[in-house]
Amino acid sequence: MTTKHKVPRLDLPWEEVAPGGVVTAVGNSETYVTGTWRTMRPIRDAEQCTQCLVCWIMCPDSAITVKDGKVDVYDYVHCKGCGICAERCPVNIRQPHSFTGKLGKVIQMVPESEFEDYTW
Amino acid sequence: MVASKYMPLDGANAVSQAMRQINPDVVAAYPITPQTAVVQNFSQYVADGIVNTEFIPVESEHAAMSACIGASAAGARVMTATAANGLALMWEMLYIASGMRLPIVLTVVNRALSSPLNIHCDHSDAMGARDSGWLQFYAESGQEAYDNTIKSLKIAERKDLLLPVMSCQDGFITGHGVERVGLLPDEVVQEFVGSYDPEFYLLDTDHPVTMGAWDFTDYYFEHKRQQTEAMNNAMPIILDVCEEYERLSERPQPILDCYGMDDAEYALVVLSSTAGTARSVARRMRAQGVKVGVLKPRLYRPFPAEQIVDCIKNCKAVGVLDRAISFGAPQGMGPLYTDITAGLFNSGVSGLPIVNYIYGLGGRDTTPPMIESAFADLKIIADTGDRGDMVRYLGLRD
Repeated sequence: MTTKHKVPRLDLPWEEVAPGGVVTAVGNSETYVTGTWRTMRPIRDAEQCTQCLVCWIMCPDSAITVKDGKVDVYDYVHCKGCGICAERCPVNIRQPHSFTGKLGKVIQMVPESEFEDYTW
Repeated sequence: MVASKYMPLDGANAVSQAMRQINPDVVAAYPITPQTAVVQNFSQYVADGIVNTEFIPVESEHAAMSACIGASAAGARVMTATAANGLALMWEMLYIASGMRLPIVLTVVNRALSSPLNIHCDHSDAMGARDSGWLQFYAESGQEAYDNTIKSLKIAERKDLLLPVMSCQDGFITGHGVERVGLLPDEVVQEFVGSYDPEFYLLDTDHPVTMGAWDFTDYYFEHKRQQTEAMNNAMPIILDVCEEYERLSERPQPILDCYGMDDAEYALVVLSSTAGTARSVARRMRAQGVKVGVLKPRLYRPFPAEQIVDCIKNCKAVGVLDRAISFGAPQGMGPLYTDITAGLFNSGVSGLPIVNYIYGLGGRDTTPPMIESAFADLKIIADTGDRGDMVRYLGLRD
């Protein structure tokens, strides 16, 4: 993960916290890792994706990125696995999903337990 | 020392005059008896262009404090006023103001909380907010209310404090009672309060910040610990500002008003205007050779436990007058009694007979004979060694 912010410590003693909880590093919420909250991970079959961009529009965490008008990568550092992208994907795939091997949507939710490591 | 100009003013006007001289950036308020005149008079100054204040008439007290918080967070110097159920309506916002460390000054013209509906004086409103993280001053007179308003602002804005302040005075008794009040010259007040220069404010586009954000389970506790530390360390700051103001005005600005406490055998501790009645009785009794004393704390939060204990520890018997009940506290004792007895216990002072008198609820008049009866009780307690009832009532029909 690249970020312009210094990742804040999560173990500051009380004397050192900012009075009133004021946050001075603008936009540093991106340093807060919420990817670990996931129990299910959305996996996209890139070949069968029609690039409708509905998943990008619907993601509440802005965790789906788009480059040159096409879906790029999923930000698994922040994806909380809510499943909205999979739910709202309008495409019923013709071929089995490249990861799950099942029919269904282009985006399918896979249990986190199937992954060895968080890969980002 | 600067000469004050004396005018006949009621307590509400004394505060609106102080507000005029301070000329805050924003006032957001909602009317409620007996506070209304504070903001109503101030709004006339706004209409007449005497102040530059942005006046926001809001739809409720909750909205008033919300608007004050928003304005203060944005970087404005903010003041407002309320009473009783108005204060109660802004309850959640009080905690937000103190949690966000915003130096808002709120005048509370003490009035009984409903129900039953009663618009007259008691301390249930401000006492109900005693855990909210706001400092609390109680003014016995219009003069004290004027002085406290100005001091409160300077105390709140101290960079090493940054906590909001509630400046209280008795509804109707002080609020509507006209007295001789000395006002410092406008420019002296301006110089005393100076300008408000917050380190962090939302309108600082060069250094954008987020305020009032989410705290997870791993941080809330630390922020609260820091907040309580600020309150616990407020005393030197308060004393500092009081001393400066005293030099300026040549009016004493103690945190405890002591009458006869040097050698008092029987003492009453009482907040706000009833202290005047108690003192007049005490003066008469002293003339008859009875060693009585009256202790009136002007500061309630942070609680000046050490100073109070020091003042009463050599008495033979003490009565603490509470103009509010803390329902469900042991035998329904009041808040001042709770804090004083805790202070006594924790200071190691033992064996001092001390009783609680609930008085004046809903504006019930507290008369000199009632005060005399309390002093008489204390003598009996001291002579017999029998404390009797812990919680008593003054002026109640039974």
